[in-house]
Amino acid sequence: MISLAGRDILHSWGKFVLTGIGLGLLIGVTLTMADVYRGMVDDARTLQNNSGADLWVVQQDTQGPHAESSSLRDDAVRGVLGLPGVARAASVTYLTMQVQRAAAGGVASARGSEDDVRAMVVGFELGQPPEPDYLVAGRHITRSHNEAIADVRTGFALGERIRRHDYTVVGLTRRMVSSGGDPMVFIPLKDAQEAKFLKDNDAIVNERARTAANPSLNRPGVPGLLEAIQASQANNRNVNAILVQVQPGTDVESVAEPMRRWKHLEAFTREQMEEILVVKLIATSAKQIGMFLVILAIVSAAIVAFIIYTMTLGKIREIAVLKLIGTRNRTIAGMILQQALGLGLIGFVVGKISATVWAPVFPKYVLLETGDAVRGLVAVMVICALASTLAIRIALKVDPAEAIGG
Amino acid sequence: MSELGIRIEHLRKRYGEGNTAVAALKDVNMTVAPGEVIGLIGPSGSGKSTLLKCLGAVVEPTGGRMVLRGETIYDDGWKIPDLRTLRRDSIGFVFQAPYLIPFLDVTDNVALLPMLAGPPNGEARQRARDLLAALDVAHRAQAQPSELSGGEQQRVSIARALANRPPVILADEPTAPLDSERALAVMRILNQMAMQYHTAIIVVTHDEKFIPTFKRLYQIRDGSTHEEAGEGRSL
Repeated sequence: MISLAGRDILHSWGKFVLTGIGLGLLIGVTLTMADVYRGMVDDARTLQNNSGADLWVVQQDTQGPHAESSSLRDDAVRGVLGLPGVARAASVTYLTMQVQRAAAGGVASARGSEDDVRAMVVGFELGQPPEPDYLVAGRHITRSHNEAIADVRTGFALGERIRRHDYTVVGLTRRMVSSGGDPMVFIPLKDAQEAKFLKDNDAIVNERARTAANPSLNRPGVPGLLEAIQASQANNRNVNAILVQVQPGTDVESVAEPMRRWKHLEAFTREQMEEILVVKLIATSAKQIGMFLVILAIVSAAIVAFIIYTMTLGKIREIAVLKLIGTRNRTIAGMILQQALGLGLIGFVVGKISATVWAPVFPKYVLLETGDAVRGLVAVMVICALASTLAIRIALKVDPAEAIGG
Repeated sequence: MSELGIRIEHLRKRYGEGNTAVAALKDVNMTVAPGEVIGLIGPSGSGKSTLLKCLGAVVEPTGGRMVLRGETIYDDGWKIPDLRTLRRDSIGFVFQAPYLIPFLDVTDNVALLPMLAGPPNGEARQRARDLLAALDVAHRAQAQPSELSGGEQQRVSIARALANRPPVILADEPTAPLDSERALAVMRILNQMAMQYHTAIIVVTHDEKFIPTFKRLYQIRDGSTHEEAGEGRSL
């Protein structure tokens, strides 16, 4: 038996392919929405994996710096290092900010410029996590001040100078992003602590004057008090978290428990942090994308149904003739179903190619997963099959007597 | 009259119920022998189309009897269960417009019926090619229907009607859209095919110039048939 659907498609392939391309672009948008979500999840996982930490130690009763404000004194790391089972521990700070390229001579406009890059600045202890292991160019930071490693997506080049403080980019890394997808810039911890609370000169002078004018802080007969207070105001001794690596074979939870109990800190294992990063932080975005996916799926189904329905209406006379000459209903239904599936297949191929082509243009990471593509294909086929039922229903109702007329 | 043709006795068809019921066919009697071509004529609204639909097994008569090739199809409310297979295997249709399937080429338009009936594609296509050759359109075998002239399309539709070697062909004004020359050619072909394949052919026509060519005619008036002897002029 010849394929009636195949012959019909070949007969009007131009119309069919153009329709498939139109549908494919819509499917491409749908696939991209799913891929954007995958990219967000992957960014969150990448952030966690790149940290190299088995435990995230943060301020008590908080969920860590990526979820909310978390502040620890920077000497807390020593107490953590002394706990049994801890192999390595290092303080880290995170600061999302507009990083500017320094103009010639190292001066940059405080108002920013079009060259501003939204980045997460990470302050770390040299040689400790979360220092990036892999560099695509340059070298690791060797000085404790004024050097930076930047993710390639910042667009910074080796040797380029960036502010607010004056940093020189000495290394470039890849796939180092925040949970929000912003590229990271790594700088030494001390610089980061300073950058986080950096005040301009006028503010420092005014603050000193205010402190000196406060009689309780500038007591006569207590030499050195005012200088000590002003020195403490100029320093920032806080960090956001401590990243801990446990000794091989050690139960992570058994290391975390004493931190919670005795150190008055909160400690999250990898699984717990992954839940915060993947489930909680992007929950709203995931729901948003999920809604888009549902709407796009409904729109796609409606479009396929309309197209197949219209195509079937255009063949009512032929269907009546086919029924009159003894064609089985299932043959006619199969023809319409195969056309719907064919349309879906063309649409999916076009959609997949489109999504692949335009994914790198997106500012944030878009992850194309084979599993999603397979699920997408199945969904498209199911939607097309369901969408064809309306047209099949119409076709099966066609009276063969219509071919005779009268 | 041979039992292998078609025989209709007191066929009735009523549409609707009660006060709104319309009797489209009141008492139709007809016999057509294998190899015979008869004419069915009548004014508009006389019941020709209804009769054709009953003969074509797409509309069930209200009463009466229809016997096709010795097999009873309808008998006062009873009908054979599989009318679709009956249409496929035993009734050929030639319409006023050819109604070829536009997405199949000429060969497959003709071969489709045998393919639906079961023979392998190769055998069905060979049968189609033979018929196309008999109807003098073999040279258009690979063409699409839209590439054919009106006369060629009608010849292909006749080939399609003959493809399953049915005992009966119903031709509904097959010459209506054709000019005189092509119409004459189609009528000649129908007569030739009736003889060659021993097919009973019922031709509905309004064309005055062909009416004298039938040896027998059935006039349908107010839902009843009246047999008339035709002149049987040669085409």
